[in-house]
Amino acid sequence: MPSPVLEVRGLKKHFAVRRGLFGRESAWVKAVDGVDFAIHPGETLGLIGESGCGKTTTLKLILLQETPTAGSIAFEGRDIAKLAGAELMAYRRAVQVVFQDPFSSLSPRMRVRDIIAEPLEIHTDLARSAVDARVAEVLELVGLARDVAPLFPHEFSGGQRQRVAIARALATDTRLIVLDEPVSALDVSVRAQIINQLEHLQRTLGVSYLFIGHDLATVAHISHRISVMYLGKIVETADSDTLCARPMHPYTKALFAAALPSHPGDRTESGAIVGEIPSPLNLPTGCRFHPRCPAAMPICSQVEPALQHRDGAGLVACHLY
Amino acid sequence: MNMGGLEGPPMPPALGDAPAQPGRPSESVRDDGAPVLQVSDLQTHFFTFGGSRVVKAVDGVSFALRAGETLGLVGESGSGKTTTCLSIVGLLPRAARIVGGRVLFEGEDLTRMSQGELRRVRGRRIAVILQDPMASLNPLFTIFRQVAEPAFFHQQMRGRTLRARVQHLLKAVRIPSPEWRMRDYPHQMSGGMRQRIVGAIALAGGPSLVIADEPTTNLDVTIQAQYLDLLKDIQRETGVALIFVTHNLGIVAKMCDRVAVMYAGKIIEQATVEELFDDPKHPYTRALLGSVPKLGSKEPLYSIPGQPPNPASLPPGCPFHPRCREALPRCASADPPDFHLGDGRVARCWLLDDAVARS
Repeated sequence: MPSPVLEVRGLKKHFAVRRGLFGRESAWVKAVDGVDFAIHPGETLGLIGESGCGKTTTLKLILLQETPTAGSIAFEGRDIAKLAGAELMAYRRAVQVVFQDPFSSLSPRMRVRDIIAEPLEIHTDLARSAVDARVAEVLELVGLARDVAPLFPHEFSGGQRQRVAIARALATDTRLIVLDEPVSALDVSVRAQIINQLEHLQRTLGVSYLFIGHDLATVAHISHRISVMYLGKIVETADSDTLCARPMHPYTKALFAAALPSHPGDRTESGAIVGEIPSPLNLPTGCRFHPRCPAAMPICSQVEPALQHRDGAGLVACHLY
Repeated sequence: MNMGGLEGPPMPPALGDAPAQPGRPSESVRDDGAPVLQVSDLQTHFFTFGGSRVVKAVDGVSFALRAGETLGLVGESGSGKTTTCLSIVGLLPRAARIVGGRVLFEGEDLTRMSQGELRRVRGRRIAVILQDPMASLNPLFTIFRQVAEPAFFHQQMRGRTLRARVQHLLKAVRIPSPEWRMRDYPHQMSGGMRQRIVGAIALAGGPSLVIADEPTTNLDVTIQAQYLDLLKDIQRETGVALIFVTHNLGIVAKMCDRVAVMYAGKIIEQATVEELFDDPKHPYTRALLGSVPKLGSKEPLYSIPGQPPNPASLPPGCPFHPRCREALPRCASADPPDFHLGDGRVARCWLLDDAVARS
């Protein structure tokens, strides 16, 4: 197997939350608490979980918007925390992001040409004409006409804007794109367009994706492998087909039970798990999922389960196995 | 202090049974098979630039809804589903006006009512649940005040009776220890709880129709599943009719009995949920079903070309024809009429013209 593009090891990010009158006592929010995963060239890793599970913090750590409390992120074998100067610029060039809402991720005062050209102007010393040529090239890559370059974002629909955001992410020599719920804000009929476009781009350019989402069906469709996160930890990782065919962790099973049916004949009821996601300020002892887990045992409230190999390739963190 | 344990008046037996009020139609009206709500040929237009520009947001929508039934109103942004709902309850923005059609609710035409009369209907006989619970709850008032308001206003409940009613409602939407939680403010609640509180407010007047406009969009998947199951339970207990506005076909498959698919201000297909998923008649419905990822399937998705049309400048003929892979020459020039296919099945597509003629 080729070496991974991105390798995350023991990643932790704890935020201090001040409490008390003089700010002396401090509590910690363990937003990301020991996460490991790797993304290989040309692969899509899906990261799925509910709000507060640490998806967004993981994204910020990868994009160097936050510094980790512990652990490391290696890009093509080099720890990104130690990058500086030209190497840091090369990293920023190679890793790009597409956000959920293209209405707020594109500046309304910039023309599409300038939006896509901005990373090129920062990272390369291409002449103006070469930049224009590259802008036209990536616009066509994402299925837009090259003559839309002088337009402003408000002249586009949601799906087209998301294409512009993808074009911007592709403009430099991108090897990994972090996709943060890229289709959730779009109309249903254009979601498939964007998903197909992303899959097509991956086949032709060999770019890797980290696809963050909460809709199981969409994540399972686009991803090769999926990691399920719950309260700052990965509870299960497996390739997409295995996970769909045989989810093992009770939380993964709960996500599948909560997934909406694709046909009225598949209606299920009372499969929903009880309770709400606990506050990350006050994590349960032992396994974080045990207060909501239908299969909890006495050991679950005392000992935190470690990730171990599950049958059929993959990892699962649960005392049941 | 345990108000729940006080010797209060007996709790209302069921949620739907609000105390009898003069002028309130009795239960029998709902059970004789007549629809609770009958919308016929509803047209709501927006008038902008001093009336020089007219946008036909809702353009001839008809459907009916019986007690205990759930109708899914499916469509993309700009298809007119929300405007349809706001037209029913008379909460349209100023630029919009109902220019035609009728909305018969329990035998009365809501389009002919004054705002004052509508205020007696809204919150009591028709309740609306909106997408964002934080926007429908007032952050300055306690949960108690907000849940109590419909019963206070419409049923003149006061004191202990009111408190008991609120606790009963909160218990019905599964709020733990309601006697304590009702003193909290909305910010002390989680997103799922807030949406359940909004549900409790909706039920407070004992409505016979609840309109839910994408109520679970902001909720996490496991919380969404809990909420949808809760709505089903409440419907079973009270026999309330539900209109579920959504763009999510999975929610439709889970919740609805019948579905109306909207596109560009018109219902382009109406059928029972099984018929719609098994045998969609309109190419837009087919395309929509084919474009949604199915769990455990990696088959390529059908990608509908183009974007949903701008309601201010619709294409001539059938509004879907520029995106339709089965379009005929006449689709570009003439808008198809409703084709009635029996059992209340309706679809607007020229392809069905030939089918009807042949059979």
